[in-house]
Amino acid sequence: MQNRASDIYGMMAEFKTPEQLVAATHAAKHAGYSKMDAFSPFPIEEVIEEVAPGDTGIPRLVLIAGLVGASSGFILQYIGNIVDYPYNIGGRPLDITNWPSMIPITFELGILLAAFTAAISMVVLNGLPSPYHPVFNVPRFERASQDAFFLCIEATDPLFDRAQTSAFLRTLGPLQVSEIAH
Amino acid sequence: MAQAQPIRTSPPSDPGEAYLLPGETYASITSKIGDVPLTAPLKTPRGWLLGFTVAFTLLMVFFASVGWLFIRGVGIWGINIPVGWGMDIINFVWWIGIGHAGTLISAILLLLNQGWRNSINRFAEAMTLFAVACAGLYPILHLGRPWLFYWLTPYPNTLGMWPQFRSALTWDVFAISTYASVSLVFWLVGLIPDFATLRDRATNIWVKRIYGVAAIGWRGSARHWHRYEMASLLLAGLSTPLVVSVHSIISLDFAISQVPGWQVTVFPPYFVAGAVFAGFAMVLLLMIPVRKWYGFENYITMRHLDVMAKVMLATGMIVVYGYFMEVWASLYGGSTYEEYLLFNRLNGPSSWAYWGLLFCNALAIQPLWFKRVRQNIPALIVISLLVSVGMWLERYVIIVISLEREFLPSSWAQYHPTFWDWSLYLGTFGLFFSLLFLFIRVMPMINIFEMRLFQYQESQRLQRKAHDTHQAHGHGGVAD
Repeated sequence: MQNRASDIYGMMAEFKTPEQLVAATHAAKHAGYSKMDAFSPFPIEEVIEEVAPGDTGIPRLVLIAGLVGASSGFILQYIGNIVDYPYNIGGRPLDITNWPSMIPITFELGILLAAFTAAISMVVLNGLPSPYHPVFNVPRFERASQDAFFLCIEATDPLFDRAQTSAFLRTLGPLQVSEIAH
Repeated sequence: MAQAQPIRTSPPSDPGEAYLLPGETYASITSKIGDVPLTAPLKTPRGWLLGFTVAFTLLMVFFASVGWLFIRGVGIWGINIPVGWGMDIINFVWWIGIGHAGTLISAILLLLNQGWRNSINRFAEAMTLFAVACAGLYPILHLGRPWLFYWLTPYPNTLGMWPQFRSALTWDVFAISTYASVSLVFWLVGLIPDFATLRDRATNIWVKRIYGVAAIGWRGSARHWHRYEMASLLLAGLSTPLVVSVHSIISLDFAISQVPGWQVTVFPPYFVAGAVFAGFAMVLLLMIPVRKWYGFENYITMRHLDVMAKVMLATGMIVVYGYFMEVWASLYGGSTYEEYLLFNRLNGPSSWAYWGLLFCNALAIQPLWFKRVRQNIPALIVISLLVSVGMWLERYVIIVISLEREFLPSSWAQYHPTFWDWSLYLGTFGLFFSLLFLFIRVMPMINIFEMRLFQYQESQRLQRKAHDTHQAHGHGGVAD
C-alpha cells in the first residue's frame, strides 16, 4: 500500500542553478523518463526542449483568429456601407471598388482577435487559472518563482518507482528531493 | 536559506558600457524589484506620497475641467470656425504618440532579440497604457455630446444607421480601441509570472491572496513557459504592425483631407517616427528619476540611457526629413495654397510655433551625436523636455496653422487657447501621473522574470566568451 506510486503526484528535486537543472533534465531524459516537468523562475530554452518538445498549437489558433477577425471586419463594413446604408460621401464609390477604404478596420479587427486569441489560448491550454496544484505542496516551492530550479518526475511515468526514482534524482546533486502529495 | 547565485557578470572596463551592472543575483534582482510593491502601506516612501499628492491634485483639475465642459459645452474652449480642431486634437495626437515608444520597446525590440529592453519594457508599456487613456478621452470630449460616443461603433439601432466606415475618424475609433486593448493584454500577460513572484514573497495573507488571484496559479512549469514564450512572441509580432498602423491611421485623419499642409503623402511614416521620437523622450524623462529614487541604476544603466538617446536621435532625424519633405512639397507642388502655407508657417502670426519646433526637434537633438552628451543626465533631461515641447508644437503647427489660413481669406481666423484648454491639458497630466504612481506602488515596475532571464543569458554569453578565450590560449592563439 505504502509503495503504490499513485498515492503521490511525483518526485521533486530542487537545484541551485539553471545549469544544474539543464543537466538534470538531460540525465532524466537519458535515463528513460518521459513524464516530467521542470519549474523555473524564468524560461530556459534547453529545459523546454527536453520537457515540452513540439508544437504549442497556438500559432495555428492565432492565424485562424486573425483571418476570422479580418474577414468579419470586412463583411461588417460591406454590409454597413454598401448593402444596408449606402451613403454618398465625396463621390466615393458605393460598391466593392471602394475596398481600399475598408482596409484599416479589416486590419485592426484581424489584429484584435488574433492578439486576444494568443493570450487566451496560452492561459487556457496551460490549464490556468488553477489555484491549487500538487507541486505547491513541495517545501520551498515558493522559491520556484524567485531563484530555485525544480525537476519533477511524475508518478504516471512508466519507469516511476518511489525508491529508484528518488535514488536517481539524488545522484544529480540536488539540494533536496521530496515526494509530492496530491 | 538565501540562494547565493555566483556572480558571473564580469566587471566591464567602463560602467557606461554594461546593460546589467555586476554583483546581481537571481535573488537580489527578485527582492530589489519585488519588494517595492510589497512595502507596507505605512512605509510608503515620502517621495512617492508627495508625487502622488501632486498628481492627484492635478487629477482634480482634470475633473473640474471636464465637469465644466459637460455643463457649458465646447464653447469654453478656444476652438472656432475655421479652427475646429484645437488643443483637444493636438493633445490627443501628442499623448498617443508618447504611448508608441512603449510598444516599440516591448514588441519591436523583443522581435529583434534585444535583451537590454527587459529592464525598461514593463514601465514603458505602463506608460503606453496611461498615455492612450489620456489620448482616448480627447476625441470623446471633443464630440460636444460625449455621452453619445457609442454612436461611433456599429451596433443595431432603431435609427437604422451605420457609422461611416469610409471616414478616417471611424478608422481612428477602431485603431485606438484595438491598440488600447492589445497593449493591455500584452502588459497583463507579461505581469502573470511576476504576480506569482509577489504572491510567493508576500507575508501578509491578504496581500498574498490578491497577488495569488492575479497570478492565476502560475507555477513556472516548463510546459507553461513554452506556450507563454510562444504567446509573447506572437503578441509582439502582432503589436509591431499594429503600432505602425495606429499612428498611420491617425495621420490619415489629416492626410486624406484637402487642407493645405495636411494633404501630404509623407504623413504616415513621418507621424510614426514622430511618435516614437516623442515617446522615447518621455521614457527618458520618467526613467531618469525613477531609477534614481528606487536605486535601480544597476538595471537601468547609463548604457540604457545612451541607447534610448540614440533611438531618439535616429527617429528625430527621420522627423527632420519629414519637415524637409513638407517644405519640398510646398515649393514643388505647384499649388498656391501650399506655397502660401510655407510662407505662413515661416512669417505668419503663429510662426513662433514653427520656429520653436525647428529649434526643439531639429537643432536641440544634435548634441546627441556625442556620447558624452548621451551619458550626461542633466543634458538628457533638458533635451527630452525640449523634444516633448517640440513634438507638441509640431501638432500645433500642423493643426492650427493650417486651419487658421485655409483657402478663403474671408474665413481666416486666429486660434487662442483658453484657460479651460490649458487646464484640461494639465489635468490629463494628473490622470497620467496618478495612474503611473499607483502602478509603481502596486506592481513590479521592472519585469522581474525577464531580468532573471537576462542575467542568465548574460552569464551564458560570458561563459562562452571565457571558454573561447581559453581555447584560443590553449592553441597558442593571440592573447587578448
